[in-house]
Amino acid sequence: MSERYSRQELFTPIGKEGQSNIRQKHVLVIGAGALGTGSAEALVRAGVGKLTIVDRDYVEWSNLQRQQLYTEEDAENRIPKAVAAERRLKTINSDVDINALVLDVSVEEIEQLMDDVDLIMDATDNFDIRMIINDIAHKHRIPWIYGACVGSYGISYTILPGETPCLHCLLETVPIGGLTCDTVGIISPAVQMVVAYQTTEAMKILVEDYEALRKKVVSFDLWKNQHTAIQVDRLKKAGCSTCGEDPSYPFLSYSNQTKTAVLCGRDTVQIRPPEKRERDLEQLAEILAEQGGKVTRNPYLLSFHIGDHRLVLFKDGRVLVHGTNDTAEAKTLYHRYLG
Amino acid sequence: MELIINGDRVEVPATITTVSSLLQHFGIDQKVVIVELNQEILEKASHHEATLSDRDKIEIVNFVGGG
Repeated sequence: MSERYSRQELFTPIGKEGQSNIRQKHVLVIGAGALGTGSAEALVRAGVGKLTIVDRDYVEWSNLQRQQLYTEEDAENRIPKAVAAERRLKTINSDVDINALVLDVSVEEIEQLMDDVDLIMDATDNFDIRMIINDIAHKHRIPWIYGACVGSYGISYTILPGETPCLHCLLETVPIGGLTCDTVGIISPAVQMVVAYQTTEAMKILVEDYEALRKKVVSFDLWKNQHTAIQVDRLKKAGCSTCGEDPSYPFLSYSNQTKTAVLCGRDTVQIRPPEKRERDLEQLAEILAEQGGKVTRNPYLLSFHIGDHRLVLFKDGRVLVHGTNDTAEAKTLYHRYLG
Repeated sequence: MELIINGDRVEVPATITTVSSLLQHFGIDQKVVIVELNQEILEKASHHEATLSDRDKIEIVNFVGGG
């Protein structure tokens, strides 16, 4: 057992002292998809003291190509990802206190997850939740590491409350739509590259070697052989409502949430983005038609039938997810196809 | 006009004169991107007035959601 971390301790920037620091830290991984399973495995192997991993979804066959903690048996039995991840992680390192939660994280839940957390790893798949993470991380002054990937492309940025610009400074608004892994695909090396960037930054934070942090937004396209790192310090806004002088944490308030409502007796969940915005139905029809489902549309709405579900998209941004009464499942489908 | 975009030489039509028109040309003007022009980061609001010249170095980072 004493040999377990010997190679990591031999690495000078960590050493025995760094290792004992890592052992005392609690990392929260939000999402247990491709990035979440990668980060969780790396951190558990590295010997973090406590790891909490949260996810609302269950394992499907299409996950196995890149979500490294899951097996065919998990997909066969539709095991919740958090449960399957916990089982595997415990066999990898029984020294780590692993805490798995099957939970749809939104504003109501996130506050309770912040207890004694030293670092938050973003392994989510949409910007609604990332803006909530960004707000709560600043409220509690906890560093968090953005990571995302699609196709052969990936991006990461480390956010330190009080120092770096925050995600709100960088994005200004919450992106709606966009490409997702379920529309344009994803290759696992792109995931692994983002995981490598995120977990290396995580280790630096856990051993408190802040000087070593990258301080740049990094992005790459492995298929196109491109790599970019840009300095974004200048984008920090003094008046930012998340990280500025007088923060109001707008994404922790109800009015800025993507709202869901179960439509009684209709086996349908309505999802409404926080602001009214026009969806480009023509473009969406093209993207969704490639997903193997059936797309029909009229001037007011687009209907997308896939498997047991039907998504109806209105021009004003609203989406009805037919074939479920479960808001978590509806949100999963919504983000899967609409980003 | 030749630009160096994310490390690659790219030939673009001479009608492209600003960062905004470049993003439009690539069809990414609706996406959330951060653009660096000759190692200087640009505020989103200044994309339409940031003019481009031959051999400018541009880095474009696209904030995607997947994971």
